[in-house]
Amino acid sequence: MAVANIQISETPLVLYTLRRADDALILGHRLSEWCGHAPTLEEDMALANMGLDLLGQARELYAYAAKVEGKDNDEDKFAYLRDVRQYRNLLLVEQPNGDFARTMVRQFLYAVFADLYWRAMMQSKDATLAAIAAKSEKESAYHVRHALEWIIRLGDGTEESHRRAQTAIDDLWSFTGEMFAVDDSERGLIDAGIAVDPAPLQPQWLKTITTVVNEATLGLPASNWMQQGGRSGRHSEHLGHLLSELQSLQRTFPGATW
Amino acid sequence: MYTQALNTSDADDRNVEDAARAAAFQARIDADERIEPNDSMPAAYRKTLTRQISQHAHSEIVGMLPEGNWITRAPTLRRKAALLAKVQDECGHGLYLYAAAETLGTSREELVDAMLAGKAKYSSIFNYPTLTWADIGTIGWLVDGAAIMNQIPLCRCSYGPYARAMIRVCKEESFHQRQGFEIMLTLCRGTDEQKAMAQDALNRWWWPVLMMFGPPDKASQHSDTSTKWKIKRFSNDELRQKFIDATVPQAQFLGLTIPDPEMKQDEAGHWLPGPIDWDEFKQVLSGNGPCNRDRLAARRKAHDEGAWVREAAAAYAAKRKRRQFAQAAE
Repeated sequence: MAVANIQISETPLVLYTLRRADDALILGHRLSEWCGHAPTLEEDMALANMGLDLLGQARELYAYAAKVEGKDNDEDKFAYLRDVRQYRNLLLVEQPNGDFARTMVRQFLYAVFADLYWRAMMQSKDATLAAIAAKSEKESAYHVRHALEWIIRLGDGTEESHRRAQTAIDDLWSFTGEMFAVDDSERGLIDAGIAVDPAPLQPQWLKTITTVVNEATLGLPASNWMQQGGRSGRHSEHLGHLLSELQSLQRTFPGATW
Repeated sequence: MYTQALNTSDADDRNVEDAARAAAFQARIDADERIEPNDSMPAAYRKTLTRQISQHAHSEIVGMLPEGNWITRAPTLRRKAALLAKVQDECGHGLYLYAAAETLGTSREELVDAMLAGKAKYSSIFNYPTLTWADIGTIGWLVDGAAIMNQIPLCRCSYGPYARAMIRVCKEESFHQRQGFEIMLTLCRGTDEQKAMAQDALNRWWWPVLMMFGPPDKASQHSDTSTKWKIKRFSNDELRQKFIDATVPQAQFLGLTIPDPEMKQDEAGHWLPGPIDWDEFKQVLSGNGPCNRDRLAARRKAHDEGAWVREAAAAYAAKRKRRQFAQAAE
C-alpha cells in the first residue's frame, strides 16, 4: 500500500523556504535520535531541547511554504510525503550522528552558519521570514554557545576526545561549502532583498570556526573539495533511511488522521 | 509503582536507634512537620527514602526508552514535538529526583551504578515493549495516569525535597496524561485500523498497568513503616482501586473494552477487577519481562559510550583550573 508523493509548485520562494525548513527538520530529527542515549542526563536534555527548537523552526517554515504555494499542502505533507529526491536540505545535516564528537562538530558547523544566516534574514523584506528569523536566531545563538563549549572541551580534553573530534572535523568538512552556495533560483530572491546572500557570511563563519578550532587545539583539513547536491535533491545514502523511519506511519496508513 | 522493589524486607539493615530520638522523630512526623536534609532522622528512614527516590529516578530514565522508541516515527510533526518534549520531561524528572536522593547522602553516580549493575530496581511497566503508535497514547493515558494516582499523595510525603519534587513532577505528568488520552481519542475516532490499534494497545497494557501499584496489601511487607513515617499515605490496593474507578469511564468514553471479562461494578460504584496474574509481575520484577535485558543493555550502552565524553569534560575542567591557578600565581 503506497502513498503517492505530493507535487509541489517550487516557485523560488517556496523552494527557498522549503530548503531552510528541511535543514531544520532533518537536523532536529537527528538530534532527537539521541533522546534517552546521551552521555549525561544534562546533555540528553540539551540535545532534545535543540531538537525541539529546530523542529519548531521547521514547522513555521513549512507552514509559510504552504501558504506561499497556496495549494493543498501543509507541514505534514511536506515532511511525510516527499521522497529523497524532493528533499532540499544540506548534506551536512543528514549525516548520521556517529559518536558524540561527530554530532557536536556537525552541530557546531551548522549552528555558527545558521546564527549568522538568521541574523541576516531578520532584515528580509519578507515580513514572515524576518519574523521566523528573529525567533530562530535566539535559539541558534544558544546552539552556538553549547556547541563551541563542547568542541573546546573535546579538543582540549583527553587524547581520545581530541582524536574523535579531529576525525569528525576531517569527515564533515567537505559538507560545509554547500551552506554558502547560491543558485539562480535564490539569486533573484537575494536581489529582491527577500533571501539572504550567504557569500558575505562566509568570512565571519570561517573566523569563528577557526578561532574555536584553534582554542580546542584542533585543526581544519587542508582539502578544500566541497560536496554539493542536497539543495537540488541529490543526497547521501543516509537520508533515505532517515525518511523511511520518519514517514513510516503516514506511508503505511494513507489518509489517516493522527 | 515506580518503586515496587521496596516491597521487600529491610529488617536486617535497621539500626537500633536511640529510643528517645526515634520517639522525637516520630512526634515530628505525627505533627505533620517536614523532614529536611540536615535534620536528624532514623537510618532506616534515610535508607527507605534513598531507595524509593532513586528507584523513582531510575524509572523516569529507563521510562524514556519505550517512548523514545517512537520519537523518530511519530506520525505528525506536532506529535513528534510533543513526544520529544514529553520524553525530555521524563529526563528532567530523573535529574530532579536524583538530586533529591543526593540530599540523603548518596551520589548520583553511586545510584546510577547500582541500577546499571542490576542491583537497583525500576518500575516493572517499562519492561514491556511499545509496538505501535497506540502504545504511546496508552502509556500517556494509563501509565502516566497510574503514576499520578501514586504521586499526588507523595506531594505530602514527610521528606521535604521529595514532596517538593513531586509537586512539579505531578504538574507535568497530568499534562502528559491528557496528551496521551488525546492521542487515544484521535485513534478511536479514526479509521477501523486505528481503532483496532488502540484496542490492541489497551489489551496489552491494562494488566501491567494495574501491577504498577505493587502487590496486594495482604502481600506487601513494606507498607507499615512507610505509612508510619508518612512516606506512603494510601495502600497499594486503595490506589489501584482509585485508578480503576477513574479509568473505566474514560475507556467507555473512548469506546474501548477493558480486557477483563470478570470485571464488575459493586453497589458503591467501584469497578472490581478479575484476578491479577501476580506470577507475571514477579517474573518481570526478577528480570524476565519482555524487555528487561534490552532496557538495561540500552542504558549500559549509553553509559559506556558516554564515558569518554564525561572523561574529556572532567579533564578539560581540571586543565582549565590549573591554568587559572597558574595565571593567578604569575
